[in-house]
Amino acid sequence: MSITYLEAIRAAQARALAEDPRVFIYGQDVGAFGGAFKATKGLAQEFPGRVVDAPISEDAMAGLAIGAALDGLRPILEMQFADFSTLAFNQIVNQAATLFWRTNVPCPLTLRLPCGGTAGSGPFHSQMLETIYAHYPGLVVLTPATVEDAYSMLLEAVAIDDPVIFCEHKFLYYHLKAEALPTEALPANEARIARTGRDLTIVTYSAMVHEALAAAEELRGEGWEVEVVDLRSVKPLDTDTVMASVARTGRLLCVGEAFPWGGVTAEVVARVVSEGFDLLDAPPMRLNAKDTPVPYHPNLWSAHRPTARTVAMAARKVLHS
Amino acid sequence: MLLARLFDEKFASLYRAGKIMGGVFLGRGQEALSVSIGVHLRTGDVFAPLIRDLAGRLAFHEPVLDAARTYLGSVQGPMRGRDGNVHRGRPKSGQLAMISHLGAMISVVNGILFARRMRGVDGTVGVASYGEGATSTGSFHEALNQAAVEQLPLVVVVANNQFAYSTPTVRQFACDSLLARATGYGVAGAAVDGTDLGACLQVVGRAIAQARAGRGPQLVVASLLRLCGHGEHDDAQYISPALKASPAGRDCVKVAEQYVLQQEWAGADTIAHWRAEAAQTIEAAVVTAQRESAPDPFAPHYWSALASQHRWERREEGS
Ligand SMILES: Cc1ncc(C[n+]2csc(CCOP(=O)(O)OP(=O)(O)O)c2C)c(N)n1
Repeated sequence: MSITYLEAIRAAQARALAEDPRVFIYGQDVGAFGGAFKATKGLAQEFPGRVVDAPISEDAMAGLAIGAALDGLRPILEMQFADFSTLAFNQIVNQAATLFWRTNVPCPLTLRLPCGGTAGSGPFHSQMLETIYAHYPGLVVLTPATVEDAYSMLLEAVAIDDPVIFCEHKFLYYHLKAEALPTEALPANEARIARTGRDLTIVTYSAMVHEALAAAEELRGEGWEVEVVDLRSVKPLDTDTVMASVARTGRLLCVGEAFPWGGVTAEVVARVVSEGFDLLDAPPMRLNAKDTPVPYHPNLWSAHRPTARTVAMAARKVLHS
Repeated sequence: MLLARLFDEKFASLYRAGKIMGGVFLGRGQEALSVSIGVHLRTGDVFAPLIRDLAGRLAFHEPVLDAARTYLGSVQGPMRGRDGNVHRGRPKSGQLAMISHLGAMISVVNGILFARRMRGVDGTVGVASYGEGATSTGSFHEALNQAAVEQLPLVVVVANNQFAYSTPTVRQFACDSLLARATGYGVAGAAVDGTDLGACLQVVGRAIAQARAGRGPQLVVASLLRLCGHGEHDDAQYISPALKASPAGRDCVKVAEQYVLQQEWAGADTIAHWRAEAAQTIEAAVVTAQRESAPDPFAPHYWSALASQHRWERREEGS
């Protein structure tokens, strides 16, 4: 048997619904239709009344989930695409994120954001928004890169007493496969060493983990041993694991698929430089998407985001400096 | 409503004396409408008040000390110094703590009502209160449509006080009456003279009863005038004398007092006694709040925004 990243997300939701009567799913087309990506396929039939179609009202969808969370339920809110969550931005960052701090009443909701680029999707169906949400106090932001993490971190997201922004990468939906669902998991806030090495640390997350792993394989042919750290969660950020890796390698490259201004890669570099300057043998480097909207045409799209080839090029720069 | 009026006056004088950090926003002229919400709500119901709803909050059993403590920054208030003035609440008691962004509370009320239904709890009503300015927001529209689609027991009370800050209604909407919107959303609508306590009690009471009886969302639109500035920093020179002299400009507290006297429900001396009692209650609350400590910036709990903080910390210690 093999299971895809998308099937893992569906399976995690099925399990959450089965195990916890407080869980329900709300989103556009999630009911009988099973969701735009089929992440909720069959769940409305299996759990009548608990997988509910929403009108195209992202603000009100988020507001309803917040109210339900306040009243003790555990909503999973599906945005059809991460890009449309900007219409719910106010509810997410001002209402959900501040609620516990203001009132001492928790707001346990999971916001599923199908994010990131796939060829041909263009400016409004491709965005990475983890940076924007990580900026706000009161949110947890998870960015699973593997089938196992998609499953276990979604279950943990539902169990967390805070609003969790669950960034699931559409590029990984279908082609990433695992043999089986995991039976145990790292806690969501711990980064994972996806590949060990001694010459360079690449810190990355979500779909870029796979580009970094491919680049590391390419660089092995050139005699370099590259360590890849998968952050898994960008907030909280596991600085300890990053720092320990940089202490071993002395070199750092941070790779992200989001726009280049600020963001997760900048945060990681800032932390390493300010807390571990002495560990570095060379200036650290960042590699992000380009500072334009995400282009539609596959030729442009694959030049807009980092790929194994550009990650390897950036890595060589750090290795040779 | 008398207590709210006098409490507001106290806050205004504390503001002028420089005793209040931040803004002060009064409900002067809107007490009749607001109190009509509070008196019809029951334990277990939900109320998302707005800035001019001290009367409704008190009628829905907000402790008198909450307002004083929040305005004066007491650590013992429900917001513990984290937010001030009108942004207070006790979600567990059904009093939601608003965010400033207008229109945003309605869908949160929807969510609570939706959750009650999912949990099999019957008979809950949720009320969200807004000014006419907030009806122009996308949130307002989305939430009313959502409530209609879900047939939730929601009552939205709109106080059309003729101005949103300084903006008159002609710059806010182009329909003849906001009530027309009810038809568009597929919800029940009712208009009321917001200066008339008797009418407000009846119309708001009926809307709440209809929602409770399962007849779906209700929109109440009241016409009245804000008898003060937007906040106490605002002298409201943009309100014309003609409008102040119009029926919408009547003072609902005076109208109610006259009605009570006319009906011989109480005499002038009884009303004077109510006033004195209310003043005493307010004085006691303010003195108590003033004696209490201000928040301590060295208390670590102020600097963590996550309910799950312990989850992450335990792991750090354990690892
Ligand atoms: C979304 C949003 N935009 C702007 C503001 C700033 N603001 C606060 S109160 C107010 C006027 C509100 O008018 P209205 O809704 O009619 O209520 P009223 O003050 O008249 O009771 C404005 C513009 C806000 N709080 N929220």
